[in-house]
Amino acid sequence: MGKLDGKAALITGAAGGIGRATSRLFVEEGVKGLVMADIWDEMGEKVAEELGPNVIYIHTDVSQESDITNAINLTIEKFSRLDIVFSNAGNPGPGGGIENIPTDDFDHTIAIHLRAAFLFMKHSIPIMKKQGSGCFITTSSVAAFQHGMGGLPYSLSKAAIIQLTRIAAVELGVFGIRANSIAPGFIATGIFGTGFGLSRDGAEKLAKFMRNSPSNGQAIRRAGLPEDIANTALFLASDSSSFISGITLKVDGGLLSGRIPQDPEEENEEEIWIEMIKDLDLKDRRIMENIVQEENKKFIELLDYFKPYSILISVLVKEMQKIAEQKKIT
Amino acid sequence: MGILDNKVAIITGAAGGIGRGTSKLFIDEGAKVVMADIWDEMGEKTAQELGQNAVYVHSDVSEESDIKRMINLALEKFGRLDIVFSNAGNPGPGGAIEDVPTDEFDKTMAIHLRAAFLCMKHSIPIMKKQGSGCFITTSSVAGFQHGFGTLPYSLSKAGIIHLTRIAAVELGIFGIRANAIAPGGIATGIFGQAFGLSRNGAEKVAGLMKGVLAEGQAIRRAGLPEDVANAALFLASDSSSFITGVTLKVDGGLLSGRIPQDPEESQERWLKLMKELDPEDQKIITERGQEGFKKTMEDLKFLKPEIREKIIKRMQKQAARSKET
Repeated sequence: MGKLDGKAALITGAAGGIGRATSRLFVEEGVKGLVMADIWDEMGEKVAEELGPNVIYIHTDVSQESDITNAINLTIEKFSRLDIVFSNAGNPGPGGGIENIPTDDFDHTIAIHLRAAFLFMKHSIPIMKKQGSGCFITTSSVAAFQHGMGGLPYSLSKAAIIQLTRIAAVELGVFGIRANSIAPGFIATGIFGTGFGLSRDGAEKLAKFMRNSPSNGQAIRRAGLPEDIANTALFLASDSSSFISGITLKVDGGLLSGRIPQDPEEENEEEIWIEMIKDLDLKDRRIMENIVQEENKKFIELLDYFKPYSILISVLVKEMQKIAEQKKIT
Repeated sequence: MGILDNKVAIITGAAGGIGRGTSKLFIDEGAKVVMADIWDEMGEKTAQELGQNAVYVHSDVSEESDIKRMINLALEKFGRLDIVFSNAGNPGPGGAIEDVPTDEFDKTMAIHLRAAFLCMKHSIPIMKKQGSGCFITTSSVAGFQHGFGTLPYSLSKAGIIHLTRIAAVELGIFGIRANAIAPGGIATGIFGQAFGLSRNGAEKVAGLMKGVLAEGQAIRRAGLPEDVANAALFLASDSSSFITGVTLKVDGGLLSGRIPQDPEESQERWLKLMKELDPEDQKIITERGQEGFKKTMEDLKFLKPEIREKIIKRMQKQAARSKET
């Protein structure tokens, strides 16, 4: 008897770290049907096949309203129901100060995070109202609560998702529909590598490296894992949380609860840097090396993303200093 | 395989609605539970029903020595301490800031906030030795907004939210997590207690409150002790091992926004509730209602005369309806 027996779910960003882990867990918990939606088709199709006959993958660009309605329609076609919608697709978006953000990048980031969450609700609600039940889970972020955890448009969308969640909860409660969000802290997924401009593959390798890195910047001294988010999504999707609606549940290892004083002693940054880039292909390695070039202003912005990974920050800074030193010599 | 196999928990306020619900669920999931409360009759009865993995101890959480004693009991009887659910509470004294009796203020802060701190203070050395542990504290929607509880109750519940963050940051490195739950309208004896009913009377009202509490929030049913118990189970389990420092609202959407109420319908529900009560309890609630009425009358002097007239007329009409039924 799984917690999700008889239920049909739709997960966006299903080919990324959090999406894959949640898809796996939902299948383990007996979900009747699962539609995995993403734009990373290679990974999405592979995982959907692994997970069995009641899991389908569909290419879905959540900035396109028609892709959204297609994904929803597919779920109804194949599984005759839609019980859980997990709006989780995302990317880091552009960094930089307010006056430097390209407007079209701003628009796109808001579209894939906030507008997409709204559109999934808009098009799922009539179905859920007919069923008399349904459940929305949306991925927010620690970036919604404080400056310095993500780029501007990313943070804005994640903050607005918190309010969208409250609004949906109040509007839809009487129809048996709940709406909640999850605010992950720093979770070892490909989002960081993507932020650096690495290939998907390179980003996944960096994620694997991060899984094993201690995270001394937050109360719980380990990397957040996709499984931590998946477990939370399961709780919010199950009947155990049937009186929980309108909330944003932080899964952040205590990050937002307060700063941890850092040990100023140096780690072996050289070794860690080598470890970090050793599995990357040449192109991705060049990207990482380029990032620590002194002139690369992007690096300074990207430091935000590594907040609890103090060791990784000092590694990158050390590399940067090394390169600056070498330049001075020559 | 229970989610809490071999784990030892202390639950304070274990004889009340939420405490009983959580004790039962934790036992079902394989834990051993020390049930602590001051309502001995109910506590002992429940512990007996739950079997050998539950033991009841009288514990007045406003007394530091009682807190120490209950923690020692957990170690003596069960050999470890994994989960401390600081849940004991009562509504505290109502009234505006200048009217709250100081000794009642002190007592309410002691039972809710000071007790949560003391439970942590005396459990931490044990949990540090074990290399693991988990605090769950009952906060409230009253910790977020005015209008959901009395002054000292609300202050303690807000203080608990921050105590939770502090404990999370201080203790994370020792493998200890700290989280809180903020229940909304849960059908328990706390409401009856606020009216001054006996414990048993309050329990009866709890069942009847289900009707009254159903319409105030997005999810159109009363919150139940089981809802809070399920949330406590999640926070006590390994599924939430990356969750610390949070206050998890179990409020049916209450804090997300107001649902417009039909005042006539609301009154219907109250009248229905009153009809089911013993004459004794009816008298108590009516008296409290009249006190409240008097207070409201005084507050009205801040309004313009025409508006005051309107409100008084409406209240008199409602009072007349109550008398009829």
